[in-house]
Amino acid sequence: MADNENRSPRSLSRRRLLGGGVAALGVAGVGAATGYGIVGNRAEQTATGSETVPWRGVHQAGVDTVPPQAHSMFVGLNMQERAGRDELIGILKVWTEDIGRLTSGAPALADTEAELALEPARLTVTVGLGPGVFDAIGLPDRRPSWLAPLPAFGIDRLEPGFTGGDLLLQVCSDDSVTVAHAVRVLTKNVRSLVTIAWTQRGFRRSRGTEESGTTMRNLMGQVDGTVNPEAGSTDFDGLVWDDGSDQPWMKHGTSMVLRRIRIEMDTWDELDRPGRELSVGRTLDTGAPLTGTAEFDEADFDATDRFGIPVIPPSSHIARARHVHDGERIFRRAYNYDDPPAAGSLSNTGLLFASYQRDVLTQFLPIQQRLDEFDALNEWTTPIGSAVFAILPGVVDDGYLGQSLFG
Amino acid sequence: MNLTRRTSTLLAALSVTGLILTGCSSNEPAAAATESDSVVVREQWVKAADSGMTAAFAELQNTGDSDVHVVGASSPASSRIELHEMATGADGAMVMRLKQGGFVIPAGGTHVLAAGGDHLMLMDVTSPLTPGADAEFTLEFEDASSTTFTAQVRDFSGAQENYEPGTMDMDGSATPAPAHGG
Repeated sequence: MADNENRSPRSLSRRRLLGGGVAALGVAGVGAATGYGIVGNRAEQTATGSETVPWRGVHQAGVDTVPPQAHSMFVGLNMQERAGRDELIGILKVWTEDIGRLTSGAPALADTEAELALEPARLTVTVGLGPGVFDAIGLPDRRPSWLAPLPAFGIDRLEPGFTGGDLLLQVCSDDSVTVAHAVRVLTKNVRSLVTIAWTQRGFRRSRGTEESGTTMRNLMGQVDGTVNPEAGSTDFDGLVWDDGSDQPWMKHGTSMVLRRIRIEMDTWDELDRPGRELSVGRTLDTGAPLTGTAEFDEADFDATDRFGIPVIPPSSHIARARHVHDGERIFRRAYNYDDPPAAGSLSNTGLLFASYQRDVLTQFLPIQQRLDEFDALNEWTTPIGSAVFAILPGVVDDGYLGQSLFG
Repeated sequence: MNLTRRTSTLLAALSVTGLILTGCSSNEPAAAATESDSVVVREQWVKAADSGMTAAFAELQNTGDSDVHVVGASSPASSRIELHEMATGADGAMVMRLKQGGFVIPAGGTHVLAAGGDHLMLMDVTSPLTPGADAEFTLEFEDASSTTFTAQVRDFSGAQENYEPGTMDMDGSATPAPAHGG
């Protein structure tokens, strides 16, 4: 209020100087009075735009950041022909500088829309390298053993426009304007060295809509992501963060698999509610396994009904996806997508399935192979994009992203 | 943040002069005070270019209580650098031209070098400036002291101002050209 009171006389005198006279004075007076009312209402709300997630640290933010922010943009980029080792270092140095600024709510260097940077809303930016980079920069021996495109699966209908990529920017925030601005800044400041291969926009429930920590629902209506290691736990650390045993430079990094999974909403509509629950193995209302009553109840895959038929069908999604041993687990951080449908179609809807694990080959791949062999849900879901990235270790002190790779 | 700053005093003689002057003022610290001592450079960056002209930008803060005058600049990145301002040209369009008398950083204030305003004009880039590379710059002050800073290169589509014909200072110094040629 005090600030507003101070500001009003200034705007009045400025209007006078501009020659508006008495009429302008009257208008300004009304504006000032209205302004007080707005300030009063705002004080009762809790603005969350200024909240930040620390970016510097041994790990990059955006993997163990919980709850996941409401909005995401995954951007796959390719390095231009002219770009090699020095240019990649340049890209990563520019991103280090700008990500550090943007995630703290400060404009990037040379930010032409500086005002858009002032509400970070828990902005995180997570940077990864694709399989093709290591040859391009002349360091083929530094490529992690698991960093390669996934093998072709029978269920895949991959589109080039959502597949592969030399570089990844994963930009997440509770505010979509912040996401758009960050993506714009980070891409244009290195535009002579990269091209955008694809962008994939995702969303979850808006911040504040649900209790924090509620498991997300996908657009099929299912509770999706119940079985997930708890971010920050010892279990999580062992499953997700690289220990440097494969490539020392990757210590504290991780891997990310991004699968774009289209949902066939029109045929899903043909399935009634019991059929939907049997295909997944969970109830739709609470997400409880069909053998339980609450979401986090342990599923009993041996339970049978009075006819001896398994309560959770062996072909159901949770029966096929469950890990065979403790090391065969992943951390998922998925987002919904719902893009403009093609002409004559009603939906272009699905899931951006982002999975993080220390080793793609031993953790992600066995699960995916089982789902490829059979998963009742496959009838209504189709992978149409696939990309694998090495998520770089975090930045400490005055270092830059990927510095350990070049050391 | 890239906030490297090195200060050097070019002329020992001036430094001594500064010490003597300081000695006359009872409130001043006893150390030699050059203009460079009170300048902090931040938010510096340079626009990428493969060749030809480009520009560098920064915020120049003056922590002292006397105005600081920037009279010249140099960098290994360019054979010559000029101090430029944006002004309305004869046809009413904005043009850039040499800044008469250089830049003044007001006492206790900040002088902003920004696209569309005052800037350091790299007249002839010596080798390609690609995004993420560092370029070192030296600002020269009126008392012959100087400050160096490192600026990161980044792609930038703005700062495409026209150079006002006739204001180019052909001898390469930052001395203002006589009332602009036009």
